This record gives sequence, structure tokens and C-alpha cells, in this order.
Amino acid sequence: MLPRDLKPEQFASYPPEARKIVTNYLGILQRLPLSFVPGLLRELIDYDFKFPAERKAHEKELAHLCSLPAGELKEWFQGFAEIRLSPQLESFDWIKLPAQFVEQLSAHLWSTHQLDAFRKASNEYSDRLHSAVPPAPPAVSRLGITVIGQGVASYDEPLFRKLRPHGAYFSRVKPEDGLRLLLDSVAARAKAHPAPYGHWYIDGGEEADHAPALTCVSYKALEPVRAALLRKMQTELDRPGMGPEALRTLLAQMRPSDLGMNAGNSGKPRDEVLDRFQVKLLTQGSGTQIFSTSFAQWAAREALRRAQPLTLLVRFAPRQRQKPMNELLSAVPARPELDFVGSLIDADLGAYYNWLNQQRLPGAEQSSFLVWFEGHGQALTIGPSLPRGTESTSAADLAQLLALAV
Amino acid sequence: MRVLPQYRGHRVSAGPLSASSPKGVGHILARTRRDFLRSAAGATLGSTLLRSSWARVAAPSSRRKVVVVTFGGGARDQETFAPEGQENIPHLMHELIPQASFFTQVVNRGILGHYVATASLATGVYETINNFASLPPQSPTVFEYFRKDLKRPSSDAWVVAPSNGFNRIGESSHHSYGPGLGARVILPKHLLTAATSGRRNDYEHLLRDNYETPYYTPELEGSEFELQQLEMILKLSVDDFKAHAQTLSSPDELSVYIARQLMRQVSPSLLWITMHDIDIAHAGAYSLYVEGIQRTDRLCSDLWKTIQSEPEYAGKTTLFILPDFGRDSDEDAGGNGFQHHRTGDALSRTTWMLVAGPGIRENVVFDRAMESTDLVPTLGSMLGFSASFAQGKPINELL
Repeated sequence: MLPRDLKPEQFASYPPEARKIVTNYLGILQRLPLSFVPGLLRELIDYDFKFPAERKAHEKELAHLCSLPAGELKEWFQGFAEIRLSPQLESFDWIKLPAQFVEQLSAHLWSTHQLDAFRKASNEYSDRLHSAVPPAPPAVSRLGITVIGQGVASYDEPLFRKLRPHGAYFSRVKPEDGLRLLLDSVAARAKAHPAPYGHWYIDGGEEADHAPALTCVSYKALEPVRAALLRKMQTELDRPGMGPEALRTLLAQMRPSDLGMNAGNSGKPRDEVLDRFQVKLLTQGSGTQIFSTSFAQWAAREALRRAQPLTLLVRFAPRQRQKPMNELLSAVPARPELDFVGSLIDADLGAYYNWLNQQRLPGAEQSSFLVWFEGHGQALTIGPSLPRGTESTSAADLAQLLALAV
Repeated sequence: MRVLPQYRGHRVSAGPLSASSPKGVGHILARTRRDFLRSAAGATLGSTLLRSSWARVAAPSSRRKVVVVTFGGGARDQETFAPEGQENIPHLMHELIPQASFFTQVVNRGILGHYVATASLATGVYETINNFASLPPQSPTVFEYFRKDLKRPSSDAWVVAPSNGFNRIGESSHHSYGPGLGARVILPKHLLTAATSGRRNDYEHLLRDNYETPYYTPELEGSEFELQQLEMILKLSVDDFKAHAQTLSSPDELSVYIARQLMRQVSPSLLWITMHDIDIAHAGAYSLYVEGIQRTDRLCSDLWKTIQSEPEYAGKTTLFILPDFGRDSDEDAGGNGFQHHRTGDALSRTTWMLVAGPGIRENVVFDRAMESTDLVPTLGSMLGFSASFAQGKPINELL
């Protein structure tokens, strides 16, 4: 099966919005190489459950491809067209199972030494698309806030080492009521610039009280979902013939209802887009089921990549001490020991990754960032008007630092 | 190993590597490692024109021994040889490098999965076997060349490996070599599992099979080093083994303990030890990844000290330490930094190699590009066998 043979009825099993966008753009999909199309379908099949920023990006991408003259289209996809595929890949049911196709394509590219060629084709395509359809700047300059070190009484090693060259370090921050202050600032931005999935609060532990306008994801709230997932994985692993690839496929197919995220649980109507996002954090993230620091970092990464929020507050919490994986998998309800200092080190790098990922989004030149050692006097701010690589011993509270950054 | 480039955001520039081509990045990595080493360890820059005195100084080939250690799980420059990472590898920096030749640019062009990459190191061919299946390498291994060409017994080539998935690394499926000609393989964690059946809780922190697919332990296939052989070959009672294991904090410590026991009791001429603790990085906890690097650094030093103190090894053993590959760069949006090795970017493909022993020039850095497949032909030239199916070339600076 090749893209040129695509027909509308082959997408009957797709959710309604996904089916609509695919059939609307079937003409262009038929003209693209097989090494590219399933990767796009892997995204489009979930169109009904995508964030607004993702939907908009897909629509603009497809519309632009439709507008390209034949010669230019060929040039754009030359690198992908030169990728050699196997007969097995060509006969795979990539319309119904695009994600599984991409997994197999990945293995094929590695084993046939074509990964570099594919990377080159992907990067060139991405660059062309970015030039031709530049993403719209955000409605307001982005703000990222990361709070690290919850529960750590003292820590003598230098913090924010990777971020210091990019911003101003403050050593005499007034920590009183700091988290509340930050949450209030985020809520004020959400109120002033309302946007669906535009303002996020991610907590690696139990979420603090926050404004309802914030999209909130927390490790604690997902505890029953994590437990259900681990139980399912354990059951599946006991089945004969189960291997890593089969397990990955199974995880990729999990839906919120498979893990008990039903409307009846809380009485509130479920947000299917957010539920699917959270399930993917646990089924496709590595270590997110086990370590709260990995969860918070990956959740932030995925929120930035997919939802492109205007505001993102991430609060890391202490993760459990490293335990044997089998014991963790059994989800024994014993209270885990916590590794406070290890979690601080994890979160310190996590803050750097949050900033890097924020800088990958449109409007990076105007965006701001603040990281704070919770309960302590150390913070660092990055902003368009702030000097880089500087240190200040002036006393300031977090509201003042935020005002400096944005 | 399974994620394709997909993050279509802007590229962010946060470091000196961001704007370079893969080849350019490799050169920059090599040059920066060299500069760091020259300033930190006082190493001098070697030239490919300078030959090692190995051939003149080393013991006759029948007495020569080689220990290969894979600095496993893959570690990046910023946590090792870059200025901010050197605090994690004090033993490599201050004890081993002053006594070693250091190669700054060893490129792995193969599949970046631990089993298949280690198999590629051991065959000198970029293997394409499924990383997660229990399969032997397709090309002859260094152990088969060594044993067949030099008519060595099975007791003379051993592998100590971290997980069930490595059980078949000792011998290939190649028609001219294969069964009966390979190395014996010990999986210390598997032995401990067998030894502690029924009361695993005390030891479970050591028994995780691997970190990339932590929920899955492959079934063992192929020949297996059985528990009863502990006593027969390693002169180690099961009780002593269990008691010692309880004092250790990681699987790699257990592997080094077993390797030392092998060196004392069997003294193989070719010993291959695969480390793996660093790969905890897949769980996303940076502090645990750095702890893994620090531990591996210490264990490499311990092994070097054992080599120097064991009469069967002292003065006639060459030690090779090299990672199987690196890890993803912070700057590749398709990855997630240190956590994985899935993007295939230059940082994840470019590593280093440290070689120490009699006749190996000390405190010298070589920064020409070489490939990880060059290891086996080099071992062949040193030990006197022909790695006829290997793709790499002998490293002249060591011969």
C-alpha cells in the first residue's frame, strides 16, 4: 500500500475530526512519500484530542503543502523519497496503525544505516516549513516558572549552574509566601490573557490551591491512574511472548477509560484532551510512572511542545528513593522513602530543560523565566531586559523578581 | 532507539555545538576533550606518526592479556570530560589518564542500543540484530577469532555482562565460527537471582535486568553459567557470594567483584566486562545518572589496581576502557537530553577510548577520528589473530 492509493473510506475508523481533516487533504497526502505520510497520520489520527496550538499547526502545514507547485513539492520531499523501505513496511497497515509503522520504520532506519539521512530530511523539511509558515508570535510574551527543592532544609552546592550564564542570579530572595505569590501571578496572567490550555500549573507532588483558569496536572492526582497502569503492565508482562515492542504498542493504545479515568470518579465532566495528554505522559514517558521528578520534567516538556502555553509554572516535589523496579512495579502501598537532595539535583537540571524547551517556541526572544529554590533565598531570572551572567545581593521578593523578568 | 526526530520547534542555541554539522560536532568534541585533558591532566598531544612501543615492550603474545571495559550505559562530555563534568571522574582524570593513551573521537556509526552496540564492539562490524531479542551476533566475535586462531581453551576468554540480554554475546551465529568457539559468559545478576530464590527482597536493588526496558527481563537462551559452577570455577560458595552481594550497592559492583574472582581463579587472557549502571539515566533522574558515572569511574580504577596487583596480570595486561556510545545532546529537540540515546545525533555517536598497559604511551591524547569497530582489529594485531570479517582497522598508535 502506497500513499498514492489512499481512499477516503480507508479512514472510516478514525475519530470524526481526524477523518475530516485527512479526507479534506487526501489529495496532498497521496503525493507524499511513504517514509513521511505515516508519521503525519500518527499525529492526525489523534486530531480530535489535540491542543488548539497543535491543530492550528497541522492545518497550516497541510494547507501550505497543498499550495506548493509540483516541482517545489518534489524538492521538499526529495530526502524522504530517497529513503529505502522494506517490502514488509510497504505492506504494513500504516493507515490504521501509523504509530506502529513509525516504530518499525525507526528500527528499519537504524538497521539499514539510513537514520542520518532521515534526520537530515526531517530537519530540512522542518526548516523549510518554519520559513514558509512561520508560527504566529504568542499573544503575550511567555513566562516560565520552575520551583525546585521542596522539603530540602539546606544545600551548599551551587544551584542553577547551567542557567546562570543566561540570566541574573539573586541570593537574597525573600522566600515568605513565595509559592502563593507565584500562583497568584500566574492566575492574574490567565485572567488577563484568557486562552484555552494557555496557562499551566504542573506539580510533581500534590497540587496547591490554584485558579480554575489554570490547566493543572499533578503527580499526586494521577496516583490511582499510575497504580492501574502498573497493574496492567504487570499482568501483560506475565503473558507468554510479551516483549518490549509488544508492550510499547499496548501502552500506546491505552485510553483514559482503560486506566479508570471515568466521568463517574469525580462527578466532574472529563476533559478528554487533557486526560489523553496525561495518559500519554505515563505510557510514553520513561520513568514518569516511578519518579515524580521525571514526571514533572516530562510533563513540562510535553506541555511546551504540544500546547505551547503562554504561562507555565512547574513545581518539582521530592521523588522516592531509588528502589528495585520490581518492587516499585508491585505498587505496594507502603509509604516510600524520599530522596530530597537527589530530587533537588534532578529538578535543577529539569529547570534548565524547561527553559531550553520554552526557548524552542515562537517568541523566544521576548520570553522570561524564573527558577526559585523553594523556601530559600536563591532564585534566577532570565528576561529580555535582564543582564546575563550577573549576580545580585539585593533583597527582593518573588513578585519583584517577576516584575524584573517580564 | 525508537524515537524519530519529531520536535518541530525552533532550534535553541545554548552551547558551542549547536550550529555545527555532525562531522563538525565530532571534531569539536574531540578538540574540546583534548584541550580539557591537556589543561587538567597535563596530557600531551600525540601524532599518528608516533608509534607505540607496545610491540617492543609487551610480553610475548602467548602471555599477553587484555581486559576490555565498556564504560556502560553511555555518558556525555558535560558529565565527564568537560570542565563541569570532571568532578565526576576523578579516577579517570588523575589516576588512569596520566598512565594512558587517550583517543578523543571514537565514532559509533551503528545502532545505539546497548546490546547491539556492545555486539558491534565485540565483532568489529556494525551489527543489525534486534537489540531486545536474545540473538547471537551475526559476525564472528573477538572471542572466536582469539580462540580459533590461537587455539585457546574456553577458559581463556570470558565475558562478564549486566543483563540476561547479553547472554549470547560470547559467540556468533557465523558459519565459520559459532558454537563451541566463543567466550564463556557470566551474568552476575542472574547468578544472584538464582542464589537468592525465595528471598529476593534483600537483594532486589541489584537485580533489575536493564534500564531501557525496565519492566521486561528476557528469557535466557544459549549456554549458561550455572550456580553450581560458582564453587567449581570461581571457588566461591553460594553463601559467600550472597553475603558479599549484600554489601554492594549496584549491579556493576557485583560485576567487578565477579571479574576479580575470575582473574584470581581462572586468569583468562581475554576478559570483557560490560558496565551498565549509568543507564539508569533512562528513568530520567539526573542525580542517579551522575552517581552511576561516579561509581563507574571508581570501578575502572579498582579494576586497574587489580590488574597491577594480580601476578597473572601485572606487567602484561592492556586495559581498554570505552563507552559503547554517548547520550543525546540537550540541544537536539527530538530527544530529552541525557535521558536517552535515541536521536542518533553527533553527541550520542561520538565517544572516547582510554588504553593503558605495558608499551602503551602514557599521558598522550590522540584526536583523529576513528570508529568503534577499530577495537577488534587492534586486539587482533596485539594478540596475534586475524579479525578477518571485521570492518574496522587496527589503531596504529597502539601497535
